[in-house]
Amino acid sequence: MSLEEYKGVFIFAQQVDNELSSIALELLGKAKDLAKDLDEKKVTAVLLGDKVGNLVDTLAEYGADRVIVVDDPELKDYRTEPYTHALASVINEYKPEILLVGATAIGRDLGPRVSSRVHTGLTADCTQLDIGDFPLNVVEGQEQKHQQLLMTRPAFGGNTIATIACPDFRPQMATVRPGVMQKIAPVKGAKAEVVEYNPGFEENACYTKILEIVKAVSEVEDIQEAKILVSGGRGVGSPENFAILEDLAKVLHGTVSCSRAVVDSGWKPKDLQVGQTGKTVRPKVYFAIGISGAIQHVAGMEESDLIIAINKDENAPIFDVADYGVVGDLNKIVPALTKKLEAALAEK
Amino acid sequence: MKVVVCIKQVPDTKGGVKFKPDGTLDRGAMLAIMNPDDKAGLEAALRLKDEYGAEVTVVTMGLPKAEAVLREAMAMGADKAVLVTDRVLGGADTWATSSTIAGALRNLEYDLVITGRQAIDGDTAQVGPQISEHLGLPVISYAEEIKVDEKAGTVVVKRQFEDRYHMVEAKMPCLITALAELGEPRYMTPGGIFDAFEKEVTVWGRADLKDVEDSNLGLKGSPTQIAKASDKVKKGAGEKIVADSADEAVDYLFGKLEEKHII
Repeated sequence: MSLEEYKGVFIFAQQVDNELSSIALELLGKAKDLAKDLDEKKVTAVLLGDKVGNLVDTLAEYGADRVIVVDDPELKDYRTEPYTHALASVINEYKPEILLVGATAIGRDLGPRVSSRVHTGLTADCTQLDIGDFPLNVVEGQEQKHQQLLMTRPAFGGNTIATIACPDFRPQMATVRPGVMQKIAPVKGAKAEVVEYNPGFEENACYTKILEIVKAVSEVEDIQEAKILVSGGRGVGSPENFAILEDLAKVLHGTVSCSRAVVDSGWKPKDLQVGQTGKTVRPKVYFAIGISGAIQHVAGMEESDLIIAINKDENAPIFDVADYGVVGDLNKIVPALTKKLEAALAEK
Repeated sequence: MKVVVCIKQVPDTKGGVKFKPDGTLDRGAMLAIMNPDDKAGLEAALRLKDEYGAEVTVVTMGLPKAEAVLREAMAMGADKAVLVTDRVLGGADTWATSSTIAGALRNLEYDLVITGRQAIDGDTAQVGPQISEHLGLPVISYAEEIKVDEKAGTVVVKRQFEDRYHMVEAKMPCLITALAELGEPRYMTPGGIFDAFEKEVTVWGRADLKDVEDSNLGLKGSPTQIAKASDKVKKGAGEKIVADSADEAVDYLFGKLEEKHII
């Protein structure tokens, strides 16, 4: 493998039902950022699906300079084998230096399968990506390589953090946690170079058959999109008592989310769960109400711009990450705060 | 029907993570357990044993002490156990780990291979799909339900996604990665525990792995390398007040929201 042949940052542009997943646009934002520190500035999106050409312009508006489209009926709904074949073929043909994939239920299946097929490393569920030297500092007797992808990820349930490199294999592959990287402001009317590519598909023993697709009917809002989150924990006391959080969220045009304990108790659906086993969020304001702040929860919200905690336990670990903390009774404070905000906002 | 379940011994991060005085993780003080997703996968395999008389073999790669999880698995009902252990296998990333386990599985007969979705120490979810690729097997990840049709030689799996599930059919042999939703793992039985310590654990080293190059094993065979590892630096705490009344708390928070131009 001649590493120099591999050039440019590629992203897997995940689409489901002919709709781009938010992660695709987040990856483009990060890819543009990384490309600034590389010789090859061009960012390429790889779009796999069936009749998905209509998505190309959106990818261009969010930062793709080039879109490689593999359009084939075999790629209609996600199946591991044809998607692996398509993405691995694109890698072998176009030789990316870096390939980013979303750490989604699709990406965490596709990424490892592809990395095994093309024989390269893959770092899972990254929360930070940089270009830099490997090793970080000069080590005698070891060549220090420059312009390497440095992939940072939490492990041990968020207790430790590691930075990983893939110096001797290409592409350098990472899956990236949704909700962490920032999209760019879309450039209306931007166009990308479009490359149609089809490696050919031949059914083999690894092909699976989708017998049925059942979509969850979800009325809940996407907490990763919310600017203000009013999040409740077990301390809220009961599912009914979440009403006081709903009221606060309403007056601030925010959304209610919750901790794992609340989901485990059956008070709220899993879609609203913040944390290591739930979603990672980074709103402008995160209210942690009656949430003790287990490390697994903190891992999912500590990047919020402003964290406000209300808890009756003075020693709750949530106060270690909160910008502003109030030790007190949430049942009194939350409704009173809502009332005061309501009055103040009515005046404006 | 033959089922192989890949399991891993991990430190328990759930029952409270222990830190040393200097703030680093104290792995020695944490309980070593069978990885929860793997245990759910084992339970699924044991149900296939109950229903179809499947023979269940558990395989683990690790230090010699990882034998403990194999004994536990046999006490739950697994028939055979294989421990893959060798100095040269240490320091492996997911690529080298999956090459190693694939090398071990090439010695075994199976209709199904089940792995946990992910281990609670690394949280990568990569080893299962990577094993499947090395062995050229179809893979179905994130399994919530497994139904086997022995006659047709197929398996139907309820495969979870964020906003939906697929019912997916694959030909056996096939690899499945298991979610905890597959089922509450059964307890060990007293008789099972007794038997488990009578039974033999097969131990394999490097020489027993089939069709694997040295260059794909251990630290040397790992494409990814650690540049830096550290315990997480906690974000500094901000201010905290102990409110004597709701009014005091509200005034304080309202003031902060105004100051930060949230309202």
